[in-house]
Amino acid sequence: MARGGSIINNKSAFGRHLGTGLTYAGLLFTAFLMLFPLFWAVIVSLMRPGEVNQFPPPLWPSDPQWQNYAEVARSVPVFRYLANSLIVSSLVTGGQIVTASLAGYAFSFFQFKWKGFLFALFMSTMMVPWEVTMIPNFLTIRSLNLVSTYPGLVLPFLATAFGTFLLRQFFLTIPRDLEDAARIDGCGRFRFLWSIVLPLARPGLITLGAYTFLSTWNQYLWPLLVTDTKEMRTVQIGIRFLMNEEGQQFHLIMAGVVMFMIPAALLLLWGQKYLVKGLMAGAVKG
Amino acid sequence: MPEVTTVPATRPRTSAPARRKPDWVEPILYLTPSLLILTVFVFYPLLRTLYLSVFLTNPLGIPKLFVGLEHFVSALTSGAFLHSMWVSTQFVLYTVPVGILLALCLALLAVKPLRGIKIFQLIFSSPLCISVATGASIFLMMYNPLSGILNYFLSVVGLPKVSWLTDPKVALWAVGFVSIWMRLGFNFVLMLGGLQNVPQELYEAAVVDGANSWHKTRHITLPMLSPTIFFAAVVGVIHAFQIFGEIHIMTGGGPSDATNVVVFQVYQMAFQNWEFGAASAQALLLFLVILVLTYFQFKVGERRVHYQ
Repeated sequence: MARGGSIINNKSAFGRHLGTGLTYAGLLFTAFLMLFPLFWAVIVSLMRPGEVNQFPPPLWPSDPQWQNYAEVARSVPVFRYLANSLIVSSLVTGGQIVTASLAGYAFSFFQFKWKGFLFALFMSTMMVPWEVTMIPNFLTIRSLNLVSTYPGLVLPFLATAFGTFLLRQFFLTIPRDLEDAARIDGCGRFRFLWSIVLPLARPGLITLGAYTFLSTWNQYLWPLLVTDTKEMRTVQIGIRFLMNEEGQQFHLIMAGVVMFMIPAALLLLWGQKYLVKGLMAGAVKG
Repeated sequence: MPEVTTVPATRPRTSAPARRKPDWVEPILYLTPSLLILTVFVFYPLLRTLYLSVFLTNPLGIPKLFVGLEHFVSALTSGAFLHSMWVSTQFVLYTVPVGILLALCLALLAVKPLRGIKIFQLIFSSPLCISVATGASIFLMMYNPLSGILNYFLSVVGLPKVSWLTDPKVALWAVGFVSIWMRLGFNFVLMLGGLQNVPQELYEAAVVDGANSWHKTRHITLPMLSPTIFFAAVVGVIHAFQIFGEIHIMTGGGPSDATNVVVFQVYQMAFQNWEFGAASAQALLLFLVILVLTYFQFKVGERRVHYQ
């Protein structure tokens, strides 16, 4: 990144080196502070039973207990929780990409009566906090007998105004001439969406996908409401109940927490740049 | 990669020849899946919440007795709901400004063009991938009054132990600290993006005019960053008013209701007392508060924010 680097100054070389050194010191210190809770979770996950409850606590496991991970996987269906979260997050992500692509296409490539009204209606849902709709949604899911099922976890999140808005913004950057040219070549409007618009808007789709996957993976309140069997718990609810089931056995709880953290961490490593774009999209004046 | 910008929605269209079907049929088809989901899971529930809020309901959620505005009146006159509103307000005031300020400092550090800076940027955005349950459970361990590492650190520097989550005077701060940490990734990403969008020529021009780094921060960086800070504040306030998971995992609203934030209060009303009517009224009041706050933030913010 060349930005910020071109600040002209006439400080001595020594001063510059000192400044750089201080910046690195600050960076390292804050990075350590921010990561400390995660380090500590990993360290505790390798401790012997009771070791963490000593005071003063040992700052390093005396003898790393890798079997803690196997033990927590035996007492709690860790892989079932991971699979549940993976299935739910994937279904929501896929569903949102489909619904948002279609709606975003209508709002960007069509002119029709009520378009302005419908768009405002869509956008107004962004203002409604989730708590306001949660009670009727819970009652709906319960009356459909969908408690503790994948549809119950997935259905309410299959369409969002945010996704529609995000993809519409991407679609609007696609030159209109392309459509006219495609039309002349006899390309239908759905085929135009499928074979021209979506491939061109791929970064937008990935952004929406990464953002949706992560926020669904991290959902807490809804899965808490609509799961009442152990088998259907997601990772987040699993962590909550890990603490009930393992009591104060923090070495086991942390082994579980570390395992549950890995998929989201991998997603961040892979998709940081796309996630950033998604978050920034809301901040752009528009 | 296309820039995310707003393009005027209405564009001259090539005059299409007369078609058989009216022009709204096809776009409505594209909108149908979204409209269906939003109708069932946003518009209908919104109306249903309004409806439930004027009824006493049975535990199945079926309205039994019309009570008019009684739920609203009792929410606004009895202590519990107002207390939870006050707790949430404090929580917002603790966490939002501090969170944004810290993120800004991190971003100012991490925007420097140094070797390996990308790694630091990744580390500073890492709380993005930490879920509420993960963060809360790690801190629940670290806050343990007897064996927690935080009390150990305090004892090393000779300070007394703190009952982080069981002292009513401390608990909300302790939960707020966790929330700031978990939110730092999001805020950092916003601030960094904002900083990277400041045109470099402005700094160069300022240096030519003899500006020092304080001048540059005060008169270039902060004004250019003000839309980003404004956005982070609006979103942050909404987010902080909706805090739930941390409370549910770490304190359960205690000690003596010191962390009983408004969403936790609504949750208990609905899913522990099974009083859906009263809970609906309280949820609507929360909605109203968020709407009014957001409106005022825009009123005040629009005047102070400098858009390019």
